Amino acid sequence: MPMPFSAQEIVETIRMVQMENLDIRTITLGISLRGCAHPHFETMASNVYDTVCRRAEKLIAAGDAIQREYGIPIINKRISVTPIALVAESSAPDGYIAVAHALDRAAAEVGVNFIGGFSALVHKGMTGGDRALIAAIPEALTSTERVCASVNIGTTRAGINMDAVADMGHIVKETAARSADRGGLGCAKLVVFCNAVEDNPFMAGAFHGIGEPECVINVGVSGPGVVLTAVRREPDADFGQLANAIKRTAFKVTRMGELVGRAASDKLGVPFGIVDLSLAPTPALGDSVAHILEAMGLERVGTHGSTAALALLNDAVKKGGAMASSYVGGLSGAFIPVSEDAGMIDAAMMGTLTFDKLEAMTCVCSVGLDMIAIPGDTPAATISAIIADEAAIGMINHKTTAVRIIPAPGSKVGDVIEFGGLLGRAPVMAVHRESSAAFIRRGGRIPAPLQGLNN
Amino acid sequence: MQQKSNRIIVTVIGHDKVGIIANVSTVLADAHANIIDISQTTMDEFFAMIMMVDVEKASVPFDEIKRRLNAKGVEMGLSIDAQHEDVFKYMHRI
Repeated sequence: MPMPFSAQEIVETIRMVQMENLDIRTITLGISLRGCAHPHFETMASNVYDTVCRRAEKLIAAGDAIQREYGIPIINKRISVTPIALVAESSAPDGYIAVAHALDRAAAEVGVNFIGGFSALVHKGMTGGDRALIAAIPEALTSTERVCASVNIGTTRAGINMDAVADMGHIVKETAARSADRGGLGCAKLVVFCNAVEDNPFMAGAFHGIGEPECVINVGVSGPGVVLTAVRREPDADFGQLANAIKRTAFKVTRMGELVGRAASDKLGVPFGIVDLSLAPTPALGDSVAHILEAMGLERVGTHGSTAALALLNDAVKKGGAMASSYVGGLSGAFIPVSEDAGMIDAAMMGTLTFDKLEAMTCVCSVGLDMIAIPGDTPAATISAIIADEAAIGMINHKTTAVRIIPAPGSKVGDVIEFGGLLGRAPVMAVHRESSAAFIRRGGRIPAPLQGLNN
Repeated sequence: MQQKSNRIIVTVIGHDKVGIIANVSTVLADAHANIIDISQTTMDEFFAMIMMVDVEKASVPFDEIKRRLNAKGVEMGLSIDAQHEDVFKYMHRI
């Protein structure tokens, strides 16, 4: 039988895996916990623990087997669960910490490094359960290792719940204060969303949405290194050709996600949800989204042209990915976290990349202000105002936006906070000193925009 | 997902030298893996040999074959790797 592939095709694939860090970033098992509700929180917490352990029992073994069979590295196996505010609503308010601990123990038991879904969806208003969950976030994140929290405070359809935005400023501050000995690391596990998606496989903002089945497999593929090589190969291409080169690459990378997702779904006997093709940088050399933008012709990311470059990249990645998988979903696009991207860190330290430029770039990236350290004395109202600005961008543009910022206690502009591992290190970036307190104090809800009234 | 094939693609990348095919073939024969096709090309200044191998009747699992090939590569100063055919099928064929 003749070789069904050309040598160039084979070498291209091998090069992507061995030299350009192509990997499956995460296989995330979504688990519904809706059957776990119980008036007694001990029973509810033990239901949660049992359900997660039972459903995810084979997750690690299946991931390892797929990695062995196909020779594609699978970096993380993770779990997302039903927003806990829904599950714990009928238990006593002090049950929330117990359920966070149950999630943490279950994650440790099945061997995943993060479990997402200590979450509440409060874009239009809060129930008692939502309020109790949000109040429990600082303690939950700082007394567990693996639990991740998220709160959705706005949507294009509902507007922005500014009471929740005001609360979240305080919650972020308190979480930082409780993890002061680790540079405010607790905040790295807390995402505040507008237009949160229900099938995002990436942490810290993953949760298992209310429209999802009992169990589902979502796959997150990455590959900034592969895209970087494709861009570097086209130094003289015009933007049409450049977009095409990125689309082709994104297509190939997403196909790997489709292959792995289907294999995982088959091995676990769980339906296949979506492939999320996100360029998710890591601090490793050659795994930077900033360097892709620089390879397009910018001296340093953050300078004029960065937003246009990111817009082209984000769109080309989506277009390539959309054709490659039967179900593309999640956040699909380019992430621009600061602390996790070597090029972003450099640009922030040189002063080229500022907080305001990052905000502009989030209008066209796939998520938002991510992993940014700000001075420890930043007032809660300023953090709330940052969240409100970011949510406004998401609400008006029909896109997911998020804020994951770390007001590292005791830090000043110019300090560098070391988180270690995949979370990297974050230069403390300046925010405006002028107060937004009177604005945030108004409370209430920013009405849904005209864009939401499209029936 | 039904696995349609039990074929793997073995790639050898490095400077050309005597005995590459003989050495790789021996590793595969010891594992009862059947070589279906061989081709070679140059990539930049490197030599690349590509083999399609049927592991249906192999006496050891794929990851063990891969480990042995990797080890042989280290011994010969070459990069030798193996990947399942489906990886290439998914990436390059629709």
